[in-house]
Amino acid sequence: MPDAKPVPGGPDATYFAFLEAGDWRIQRCGSCDTHIFQPRVMCPSCGGEDFQWVAPSGKGIVHSTTVIRRRPESGGDYNVCLVDLDEGVRMMSRVEGMEPTEVAIGMAVAARLAEQDGQTVVVFDPAPTRAVGASA
Amino acid sequence: MTWSLRGKTAIVGAATAHLGEAPGYSHMEIAADAARAALADAGLSLKDVDGLFAVSMHSVFPALTCAEYLGIQPRFSEATIVGGSSAVIQMQTAALALENGLCDVALIVYGSNQRTASGKLHSPSGAENLPYEKPYGLRAPIAGYAMSAARHMYDYGTTREQLAEVAVAARMWAGMNEEAFHRDPLTADDVLGSRMVCDPLTVRDCCLVTDGGGAIVMTRADRAKDLRKAPIHLLGCAGGHTHRQYSMMPSLTTTAAVQSGREAFKMAGLSPADVDVVQVYDAFTINAVMLLEDLGFCAKGEGGAFVGDGRLRPGGALPFNTYGGGLSCTHPGMLGIFTTVEAVRQLRGECGERQVDGATIGLAHGNGGMFAHESTALLGTAAAL
Ligand SMILES: [Zn+2]
Repeated sequence: MPDAKPVPGGPDATYFAFLEAGDWRIQRCGSCDTHIFQPRVMCPSCGGEDFQWVAPSGKGIVHSTTVIRRRPESGGDYNVCLVDLDEGVRMMSRVEGMEPTEVAIGMAVAARLAEQDGQTVVVFDPAPTRAVGASA
Repeated sequence: MTWSLRGKTAIVGAATAHLGEAPGYSHMEIAADAARAALADAGLSLKDVDGLFAVSMHSVFPALTCAEYLGIQPRFSEATIVGGSSAVIQMQTAALALENGLCDVALIVYGSNQRTASGKLHSPSGAENLPYEKPYGLRAPIAGYAMSAARHMYDYGTTREQLAEVAVAARMWAGMNEEAFHRDPLTADDVLGSRMVCDPLTVRDCCLVTDGGGAIVMTRADRAKDLRKAPIHLLGCAGGHTHRQYSMMPSLTTTAAVQSGREAFKMAGLSPADVDVVQVYDAFTINAVMLLEDLGFCAKGEGGAFVGDGRLRPGGALPFNTYGGGLSCTHPGMLGIFTTVEAVRQLRGECGERQVDGATIGLAHGNGGMFAHESTALLGTAAAL
């Protein structure tokens, strides 16, 4: 039910209801086809108010990254990055499955849903490097 | 439209208070001591103040808290919180209010006890729910600035050594300022070799956490002539903002200082080449690089080489953060007021050993959030009018 509105309330509640159901979706404007993140009650590009909730491809490129330095006893260093999704939107996340210092700008990554403190979050794993000319 | 705020108002009082550590003092006591000192500097008193411009890291209702404490009931109050940019952009609102007769004496005041109270950068915004960023543990604000630095390095080849030079130059200026928190010499190796906080920024790429307060007093130019010190005129002032959450910043390497600088210079009828002293909010070393680019002192992408050649040091081509800045002098959470106080002191010729000879035009630049709000003020002596 890609276009169904799963819960009462606004787009934020809809986003997180999808996510908690293990179904990551973002808005796409029905008027101008722009993908929208973070969710909005009206399209920032055209003012449109009709949206489809679509599943992103999950493919993205690391736009920037940092290592948050933390004492080992507090959990150690971790990555925070910004990922540009193929759909043309940017989100904050982290890359897992590699040392935080190895995460690099320009890296191809793929999204995965993970559980964290009882909530579902979008994280990324390194993805095979795309051929030159592939969408980025 | 040709109507302009240029030269219509002036700063007639400027002061700091309790810079560094003020154990046992509340934020409001620190702010009030700054206000008292700025009014004394102007030869005015609290009963003259009918316009209040107050922000705080510690108060939900800063104007109410501040006016109550000072015992005043202002005709005009304003407390727009745009982070460390606030005090600079409040000069624009103050000029509008003064010019339109909504107030006659404007007090812009700030104070914080964040060092002795908590030892951390304090922010009421920490309580704000940001569900799209919070799960990832963004260490604000440094992690945002770190990602801008990383992207600037990636796009333009900016180096950590160039960033380190910003901190080195700041420390050299601080060495000539008795108010500065850190005055001992600092080398590029010290910066590069100190503890990494958020890559690529080490603890010496980061501003201090100190206590302190600052205040300025403004009046219309006609009244300013008769006060205690030579007026420092507001020639141009403008702001702009691009986002609230760091992940929503449209370009990580270009800020709203492009707009604030362009509009402030336009209002003042000046260009970067006319500026004698530059005071830019240096929360992190990358601020100097990106904001000098955005303000037009060099081209986008050339900021690293621009700051890296020693021109920001005492005796260099661009006198920059001549009090030591947030990196070495003081950083009580919101630095905007201090950039302005130092610009005023330089233009009055009050800076002693660190005085830039013959300074007639100064720039004060505030930055708020994570490169979110930018505000630029151009100030000048009577000779600049
Ligand atoms: Zn649209």
